[in-house]
Amino acid sequence: MGKKPYQKKEDYFVSGHRACHGCGMALAVRHILRATGKEVIVVTPTGCLETFSSPYGFSPWRVPWIHHLFENGPSVASGVAAALKAQKQDSVRVLVIGGDGSTFDIGFGALSGMLEREDDVLYICVDNGAYMNTGGQRSGATPLFSSTTTEPAGKASMGKRQIKKDLPAIVAAHGIPYVATASSAYLRDLREKVKKAMTYHGSRYIQIDTPCPSVWGFPSDQTLEIGRLGVQCGLVPLFEMEEGQIKTIRKIKQKIPVESYLKPQKRFRHLFAGKGGSEALRQIQALADRNIEKFGLLN
Amino acid sequence: MSVVEGSEAVAMAIKACRPQVVSAYPISPQTHIVENLAKMVADGELDAQYVRVESEFSAASVVSGASATGSRAYTASSSQGLLLMTEVIYASAGMRLPFVITGVNRTISAPISIQVDHQDTMSLRDSGIIQLYVESVQEAYDTHIAAFKIAEDPKISLPVMVCMDGWILTHSYESVAYMGQEEIDRFLSPFEPEHFLDIKNPKSWGSYADDNVLMEFKYAVHQAMQDGKQRIREIFKELSLLTGRDYRGLVEAYRTEDADTIVIALGSVSGTVKESVDDLRSEGHQIGMVKIRCYRPFPFEDIWEAIKGARRIAVLDANISMGSEGAVGMDLKAKLYGLKNAPLLVDFIAGLGGREINKRALRNILQQLDTVGKKPPFLKEPNWVGLNPTLFP
Repeated sequence: MGKKPYQKKEDYFVSGHRACHGCGMALAVRHILRATGKEVIVVTPTGCLETFSSPYGFSPWRVPWIHHLFENGPSVASGVAAALKAQKQDSVRVLVIGGDGSTFDIGFGALSGMLEREDDVLYICVDNGAYMNTGGQRSGATPLFSSTTTEPAGKASMGKRQIKKDLPAIVAAHGIPYVATASSAYLRDLREKVKKAMTYHGSRYIQIDTPCPSVWGFPSDQTLEIGRLGVQCGLVPLFEMEEGQIKTIRKIKQKIPVESYLKPQKRFRHLFAGKGGSEALRQIQALADRNIEKFGLLN
Repeated sequence: MSVVEGSEAVAMAIKACRPQVVSAYPISPQTHIVENLAKMVADGELDAQYVRVESEFSAASVVSGASATGSRAYTASSSQGLLLMTEVIYASAGMRLPFVITGVNRTISAPISIQVDHQDTMSLRDSGIIQLYVESVQEAYDTHIAAFKIAEDPKISLPVMVCMDGWILTHSYESVAYMGQEEIDRFLSPFEPEHFLDIKNPKSWGSYADDNVLMEFKYAVHQAMQDGKQRIREIFKELSLLTGRDYRGLVEAYRTEDADTIVIALGSVSGTVKESVDDLRSEGHQIGMVKIRCYRPFPFEDIWEAIKGARRIAVLDANISMGSEGAVGMDLKAKLYGLKNAPLLVDFIAGLGGREINKRALRNILQQLDTVGKKPPFLKEPNWVGLNPTLFP
């Protein structure tokens, strides 16, 4: 008999799911729901989270939860919010927790529509930077020079040729009251941001960096460490925007080179072997430096 | 009696059904319905959340989400819009979400056209949505009120689409008898589903299922359709009592008792067919017609009851399954196969993209039936009514 898994009383995402070992997303979701409490209805579009949390007959969700399709999380949530309004259930809140594929790519139109309508929904993107559920294909959230199964590094390619879509900025341009980025490596920060977002009504957006040991290619006990390195090197800036203004920035103690973050990950292995890698690393470092400059991460 | 536009009559029916959530995205010829509803909300006559979405995909998703949260929900669309909703409608039927859609019939691109045929709604026939076709504005009004009762019946619990011909019904003015609000409230109780997204009783919806249980889910939807037929008959009977208008069931048989030849049709063309039947009867032809009111679930028993004495059947399909035949013709042939004394059945593709089906076209169809003789007709089916041969080399 093993020990009973650690479970807090206020957990509404509990054991019984089948996420991979070390899944940053599962960890993030548990803490998201700790921050929201139980008076929420959660909508999850198709993706890792939906697949690993809903094998029929088992459910780790202790709040009402619905998966509908890949591209309609925001509009299903709009429908839920409209129904709650019609029923005058003011205390019940609506939450979407979707992956980067559904958020950055296929559901992007629906997300924009929901934001433009100012529907009373907190949209959380748990972002692992590719379509991990189907084996690691490129998404609009995939970082520059990451090797994916549909845009692999090879003799004639360094992997993904474009930078990650700047979704927080695009979302913020809709004029919504709260936009934040978070990381599953900084759980207190994550919970505080979710709590803050819950104090607002209207559309709100949080994007959470959730490292994926399976496809990023690092040992499954390194999830927190990899997440921290991403933040510390400047590639994953953590900030809050309220009413369109940057309100908080999580500073980094000292600038660490992007190599420290990239080297332990299989998806960037090609950058450290053979020609072209150093130029690619220079470009990635420039992205980190630009973030450090833009958000004032160091001073 | 008021003389009103078809779309306004539909909006009046929807308003009287007290939907809590309405979602809208424009597409012709559906627009007047949701515009009328928007005005009713703006004027405070309808207390509903009206969600103006960025696509039909989201319109269907909004009503689906609202329905899952326990609210009565409605939207309308046409043509490409219905196709864009297709994925949502399959999933909603799988989750047993009972909202109502008006499927305003319009053809599908390409070529782009806004004229009427049934290609759009027929393309949803396998999705699990119940499909009711209407002939007149009055029938559209009455059927929408029945639609919510059918959808929300606990034994059925499926989305329902009322299919009405674009322009011919949505934009024409007819005299319509409206029901009183109290009568409708008596007929249609508030939506109180047993299962919904409820923080007091959390449940998971739209789960992942493999070979262990998926087939049972699909069977349950199919069975809800099949068993639902009896319930739909009962609801139409109640509707008849309420309105004083005759909605005897899933099909309407017109002068079929002694008919040798029967035309089967759906939608607004049924009126023309009935007139043709009268004309041809006066010339001595033993002809009748069957109007299919409920297309999914497919009411073969009811159709059979009306056609079993006939020698030959002409099906008017305002749709084509490319590379095969019309959908209704195929459905019927599949059911007739192996039945003793099955009548000869010939499938006609007619009225695509708004091409008029008039009395002359129906006479033409009858002549073609005469030439079929004893040869198996299926070798050269389907027959296209009124094609212009000069356009082909």
